Amino acid sequence: MDSFINIFNQYNWNEVKERIYSKTAADVEAALTKPGRSLDDFMALISPAAAAYLEPMAKLSQQLTQQRFGKTIQMYVPMYLSNECNNICTYCGFSLDNKVRRRTLTATEILQEAAAIKSMGYEHVLLVTGEANHTVHVPYFKNAIRLLRDQFAHISMEVQPLDEADYRELIAEGLHTVLVYQETYHREDYKKHHPKGKKSNFQYRIETPDRLGRAGVHKIGLGVLIGLEDWRTDSFFTALHLQYLERTYWQTKYSISFPRLRPFSGGLEPKVEMVDRELVQLICAWRIFNQEVELSLSTRELPRFRDHVIKLGITSISAGSKTNPGGYAVEPESLEQFEIADERSPAEMAQVISSIGYEPVWKDWDITLSTQNTELKT
Amino acid sequence: MLTIANKTFNSRLFTGTGKFSSAALMEDALLASGSELVTVALKRVDMNDPQDDILRHLQHPHISLLPNTSGVRTAKEAVFAAQLAREALQTNWLKLEIHPDPKYLMPDPVETLKATEELVKLGFVVLPYIHADPVLCKRLEEAGAAAVMPLGSPIGSNKGLKTIDFLEIIIEQSKVPVVVDAGIGSPSDAAKALEIGADAVLVNTAIAVAGEPVQMATAFKMAVEAGRIAYEARLAKPLHTAIASSPLTAFLDEHYG
Repeated sequence: MDSFINIFNQYNWNEVKERIYSKTAADVEAALTKPGRSLDDFMALISPAAAAYLEPMAKLSQQLTQQRFGKTIQMYVPMYLSNECNNICTYCGFSLDNKVRRRTLTATEILQEAAAIKSMGYEHVLLVTGEANHTVHVPYFKNAIRLLRDQFAHISMEVQPLDEADYRELIAEGLHTVLVYQETYHREDYKKHHPKGKKSNFQYRIETPDRLGRAGVHKIGLGVLIGLEDWRTDSFFTALHLQYLERTYWQTKYSISFPRLRPFSGGLEPKVEMVDRELVQLICAWRIFNQEVELSLSTRELPRFRDHVIKLGITSISAGSKTNPGGYAVEPESLEQFEIADERSPAEMAQVISSIGYEPVWKDWDITLSTQNTELKT
Repeated sequence: MLTIANKTFNSRLFTGTGKFSSAALMEDALLASGSELVTVALKRVDMNDPQDDILRHLQHPHISLLPNTSGVRTAKEAVFAAQLAREALQTNWLKLEIHPDPKYLMPDPVETLKATEELVKLGFVVLPYIHADPVLCKRLEEAGAAAVMPLGSPIGSNKGLKTIDFLEIIIEQSKVPVVVDAGIGSPSDAAKALEIGADAVLVNTAIAVAGEPVQMATAFKMAVEAGRIAYEARLAKPLHTAIASSPLTAFLDEHYG
């Protein structure tokens, strides 16, 4: 059976890091002028040497993005279903050892939240939970999808990694996309940040996209949490992962996110800072490396930054997000997973997108195109 | 005048609705293009909302909608989507797109043929999007496709008529209209397609992503008209060899002495 771990094991973190940091201006120029780029070119584009080429990178990235995606930005919004969690993660507000009141939405509450989200205009909802396998499990997800599939065109999920058979079951119910971030590809550091809970199993997590690919999911979202480890090296491993997945599960679409660690009460300070210039470099490097992959940006970033980078390669954003279960309608004042940095409403954000010459796209999927169990209503 | 199934078209430029910076701009560009057949992705529109932003901007008497199944991966999904579209949009016309590969959006010939057979039986006017494969085109024609839509190059690539040698074979052999779809990057590509005898072209990205989409739509309109006139006027063939100054058969005219 195919598994990314076999490829991953052929690489050594420190060697990769050294290769990236030894890239030269000539390597960057070569990468920029070629028609197609290899992983080696991607290394050059994310290297310190490419910092001097930010403007030409941005121009190229914008052009490649517009050619593939047009002047459009997809809109999605998270719905936090639960903050119960049995994992300890050093950077997360939902961590088991963090003293917050826990809540898992009931069916009635899910519908209340759905109504609030619908009234903002959303058709694409991302369901988010912690990892509490005794209460927030496959039957719970199945029920949530059933409650929501008549109301939303596109249902995504960012929850604990599941088994292949579980994914098959949920896809048949109408699940379209699954996001599963590796957080870091640095094996030892991963252990340090995930000392307890099922999430501490590095291999199970890194093989999750394989299980998703075999289950035939439409889209897989990858990413690392920027701030845990050297972002350049982590981004290389993400690219390696993406390239493997694209070749293996060729019927699946992919998206990439670049969440920068945000503070929460009592939480971890980033080990590695990434400044705005570097995030722009990373976004452009991704686009120049891969023209088809979707690049997503959340409300973790500040308004001014978001307004500028949606022209440089980003293809989907969220707006008006709440990162607490019940945050839209049921219990708006409960504790968030992390503080958001852009508090503008979806309507305000849509206005901004239009004003810079892009169209906000609310609907780009129809659940009826893939719901295998749905019978044609006549 | 072009006829597909029971419909006649004055314009041989078909257009798409994706990638525009606003629905209003899309409408202006499509009006400038003179296009009478406009394809719209089922996944992008809310079929049950008459006020859908895209559909609202396509309500013109000269524009017919051509719903497409972009996003489906199998014949089964395509047939299901087509039936929903027929019900909601009140048209039995369908641009059949089955491209399970989301990277290059290459059409799946096996599933496309299967879906065409089934959809024709269900009474659809099927225009399948396919690779420039002459044999597949004949098979689709036999299955009852109303037209065939071979690609010039990958969707959205603007690379032009990379498949021209195969397009020429398809045009030569086809009994149904041939619409070159995908990859047409500039008005000159569109003109070329019409010059070699394509019945129409479908253009989306090259108009939507242009600096001035409305002007570009006008340019495509003119190029398609020019290409068609050139085809009808029978182009002088380019000659690849010089004419020998001493003809090889001149001896036949000479008297034997």
